[in-house]
Amino acid sequence: MIFLRALLTRLLTMAITLFGVAVVVFFLIRVVPGNPIAMMLPPGATEEDIARLQALYGFDKSLLQQFLIWSGDVLRGDFGTSISLRQPVSELVLGRLPATLELSLFALLIAIALGGLMAFLGTLYRHSAAEAAVDVTTGTALSVPDFLWALVLILLFGVLWPVFSISGRVSPSQAFEFTTDFYIIEAFLRLRFDVVAHLLSRSFMPALALAIPLAAIIAQLLKQSLKETMHLDYVTLARTKGYSETWVILREALPNAVLPTLTLIGVQFTFLIGGTVIIERLFSYEGLGNMAIDAVINRDLPLIQGIVILFAALFTVINLVVDMLYVVLNPKLRHA
Amino acid sequence: MTQFLDIRNLTLRLRGGPIILWSVSLRVTSGMVHGLVGESGAGKSMIGKAVLGTLPRAIEVMGGEVWLDGVDLLALPPRDRRRRIGETAALIPQDPLTALNPSKRVGPQITRRLIDILGWSKSEADQRARTLLDEVRIPDIPRVMRSYPHELSGGMRQRVLIASAFAAEPKLIVADEPTTALDVTVQKQILRLISEMRIRHGTALLFVTHDLGVVSKVCNSLSVLYAGRVVEEAQMPRFFMRPIHPYSRALLAATPTYLDPDGSLQPVPANVIEDVENENHHHALRAGYDV
Ligand SMILES: Nc1ncnc2c1ncn2[C@@H]1O[C@H](COP(=O)(O)OP(=O)(O)O)[C@@H](O)[C@H]1O
Ligand SMILES: [Mg+2]
Repeated sequence: MIFLRALLTRLLTMAITLFGVAVVVFFLIRVVPGNPIAMMLPPGATEEDIARLQALYGFDKSLLQQFLIWSGDVLRGDFGTSISLRQPVSELVLGRLPATLELSLFALLIAIALGGLMAFLGTLYRHSAAEAAVDVTTGTALSVPDFLWALVLILLFGVLWPVFSISGRVSPSQAFEFTTDFYIIEAFLRLRFDVVAHLLSRSFMPALALAIPLAAIIAQLLKQSLKETMHLDYVTLARTKGYSETWVILREALPNAVLPTLTLIGVQFTFLIGGTVIIERLFSYEGLGNMAIDAVINRDLPLIQGIVILFAALFTVINLVVDMLYVVLNPKLRHA
Repeated sequence: MTQFLDIRNLTLRLRGGPIILWSVSLRVTSGMVHGLVGESGAGKSMIGKAVLGTLPRAIEVMGGEVWLDGVDLLALPPRDRRRRIGETAALIPQDPLTALNPSKRVGPQITRRLIDILGWSKSEADQRARTLLDEVRIPDIPRVMRSYPHELSGGMRQRVLIASAFAAEPKLIVADEPTTALDVTVQKQILRLISEMRIRHGTALLFVTHDLGVVSKVCNSLSVLYAGRVVEEAQMPRFFMRPIHPYSRALLAATPTYLDPDGSLQPVPANVIEDVENENHHHALRAGYDV
């Protein structure tokens, strides 16, 4: 009952948030200088040509009118037409979303695996040189932002020791016919593990660049929580029962230590998705972020709006999922 | 008379810091209750931790031996040591509110180790848990086994922990101030319960406490610890009648029950040791410690 009410409250908050984002992005991109119509016409277009096109896209009306028309359309699921690509925004955006989602989730998994492993090793070998090594590694990983890691990876594995692809989501020679835009998931479900491996190796470099800072944050916070938990009485009690230290860390301490990290991952995952904008560009990965940069360069207002709102919706959903997970994992909250 | 636990000249110190235990020796005979008394900070818990292999990493063993059931624990590699301890000893912890894993149901917290480590079947382990929970007089056992720790009272949780300590039939239980964290009204019951359980199961007990009154009720012998040293080791009725070390006398004097109005010591009242008047106790007296 309380759970249901919390859920409804959250859904309402999400709706308000999305509306706020819509308002802000709509007006913000319109006060930034740059005329989208002028940019799509060849040089030497007449004033009348420009005015005609302005009217076609509704840019001749007042800002408030434009907003009302646009939000009315959005509520009906119509996000308008891209000015630069001349296709419905919703089609474009939804066509690119899977690529970005797959990249982000892959990066998230790498971050959790790397961060979790380092936190575990740091806890197992606490107060020793190994823990210090973990601390130095995570500190270094954190002090460098993801796009610089991208450049490092491009130099290392693209140029010096070219073992991983650093460009594009699929190799042009890949003959597999995809019927959806979720390439990795589709290949997986169709049991074409060779294709899965191909896709994963293509996106490994951008995913790793995105994952490194998050892995470091996860490692630091989780190790700290684990170490604190390792002092607690029930952990000590488990040790006296004959369990190995590894078992004690993973089965006794981890379930209770993981909650703060889980919340953090939720927040940081949205940052990670934000990071795809630049990372996709650097690795020529055909995702939403790459499209967003083109949209901004072209002053493609409907497309920018569509992408921003989709990102915002994604972020609120992720936060909701994390909060729900939190309740599921913590019995005290469930029965409160 | 086998010394089930035999600590010889155990010296511990904080890494790069002060000595915490100074050449401590202590013996617990099979099936007997040995008290370990001393004020807070004396090092009582450290002795318990040395026996159970849970010394903090900041603590360094400078020397000594901890013989448990004929094996020197300190000479074993950590993995074997842990296994050995898990098979032969158990802990009744101080604070029942923090000693159960908050995210696990109570039942599995008793049964998991029987299944994981000792290789019992799930139904055997469940049956065992039910029997033990019944022995510690927990009502509505199926519900309790399904509960999370926060759904139970402190006294109930301590009963669960006692049951859990006896689950694998250990030969030695370390009880580290098992009633200190409880309400006064519950303390007595829990104390009785521990005595009763260890008699039923024939388990030796290393009973850590700062309360001499408690010692007089449950112990066959005791060691008095002061600032990391054992200052007196004694058999039970004798200690209360003729404490030798000045610190022991001071400790006794601070326990008003045993003093006459004029300040002289009283003989131990018969009821004080009622809980230990049982087979094991008589057996111990017949076998005779070196008093
Ligand atoms: N984790 C620890 N790290 C360092 N010193 C500790 C730790 N725990 C206890 N000590 C020190 O060891 C000494 C003995 O502590 P303890 O055995 O807990 O005392 P008692 O149980 O008799 O109250 C105290 O001086 C205490 O400060
Ligand atoms: Mg203590």
